[in-house]
Amino acid sequence: MLKVKDLHKKFGDLHVLKGVSLEVSKGEVVVIIGPSGSGKSTFLRCINHLEKPTSGHVFIDGVDLDAPTTNINVVREKVGMVFQQFNLFPHLTALENVSLAPEKVLKVPRAEARDRAKALLSKVGLSDKYDAYPDQLSGGQKQRVAIARALAMQPKLMLFDEPTSALDPEMIGEVLAVMRKLAEEGMTMVVVSHEMGFAREVADRVLLMADGVFVEEGPPREFFTNPKHERTRAFLSKIL
Amino acid sequence: MVFDLEVVARYLPFLLQGVGITVEFTVVAFSAGSVLGLLLALARISKNPIFHYPAVAYIDFVRGTPLLAQIYLIHFGLPQIFGYTPVGYIDALLALTLNSTAYIAEIMRAGIESIDRGQMEAARSLGMTYVQAMRYVILPQALRRVVPPMGNEFIALLKESSLVSVIGMEDLMMRSRMMAGRSFRPFEAYFTAALIYLALTLTFSRILGWGERRLGKSAQG
Repeated sequence: MLKVKDLHKKFGDLHVLKGVSLEVSKGEVVVIIGPSGSGKSTFLRCINHLEKPTSGHVFIDGVDLDAPTTNINVVREKVGMVFQQFNLFPHLTALENVSLAPEKVLKVPRAEARDRAKALLSKVGLSDKYDAYPDQLSGGQKQRVAIARALAMQPKLMLFDEPTSALDPEMIGEVLAVMRKLAEEGMTMVVVSHEMGFAREVADRVLLMADGVFVEEGPPREFFTNPKHERTRAFLSKIL
Repeated sequence: MVFDLEVVARYLPFLLQGVGITVEFTVVAFSAGSVLGLLLALARISKNPIFHYPAVAYIDFVRGTPLLAQIYLIHFGLPQIFGYTPVGYIDALLALTLNSTAYIAEIMRAGIESIDRGQMEAARSLGMTYVQAMRYVILPQALRRVVPPMGNEFIALLKESSLVSVIGMEDLMMRSRMMAGRSFRPFEAYFTAALIYLALTLTFSRILGWGERRLGKSAQG
């Protein structure tokens, strides 16, 4: 499904990603944790090429994103992304936020796009907020609209970039619940998050990124209870 | 030495005939300049050097030189090079349009660049092309933000349009000069013209302010 090979990313002299590889199979949920500045977000943004990797390759469903024949827009249709700051479109209602891309990119007829958007908003528990503008929504509601918006493109892979980090504590649960449901439905997910509870319960694999490389990876039980690397132990002791 | 109201009353209809030209030039140049300015702003923020550098050069040149020099260049300079008979009306409109295009381009650019980077990223992550993201996500937000500076540009253009009088356009300015010459009362002539300009700018800024408030109410987020 997703294969990342020896990815490097430099911003000028700053070497953020130093040869990162990862394979994620269909239906798998991978959670990436790590100290801030370690390159987690950059890694996620390289997967759908919001940042262009300096070197290395990203394959999605076997398609090499860096091949000159690859249309990045078509690839991105299949890769949903949820941002820390939600990035909802403030001039559109919740419904329009969700229906915009299917309508304009996939050319779904307007009525159908709106029906599907309604179904998705209901799915994330916002059936009473179709016509609300983003600034009328709470943080948790915004993030759920953002998830619905990404799902509207019927992605095969969902990327979550610290989806709960900008939320008030009491709103984190509602967003995680939606993500959990998504995981149960078999969505392939790569999640950058510090929600250890979520990682423990939902992830198939947990990875620790530090200084631009993956230091350790494993199933959550093993990762949290019996980490192999000193770096992982040090990090976990700080956050648990 | 008193202010001769009788002269003013006699020449007022004559002056007001120039208001039509002044407003016409302003509205046409502003409208055309808005469309061209938006395109120029998009060229200016383009990473493609073929669009970027000419746009930068154009904006710098127009904003860095006097409108009066531009009017002379277009009306007297170009006909000399290309050997045609200049038409004042067209040259005046052209000069004002080309001038406002550059200023509006900078307003539009600032508006577009004021939109959070995350908006473009979110749009692109949904598979939208750059053009789709601009059209459906960035520009609708940016255009709302540029309404106040665009209003200022409109007012500035209304006043600057008085410069077309130097190539014989019978706008408000030109007619006040004619009134001064015919009546031998330059103070009354120019003071009345100034008051009419003031009335125009105040009227338009009221209209713009009202429009802004309405937009402010409907604009979300």
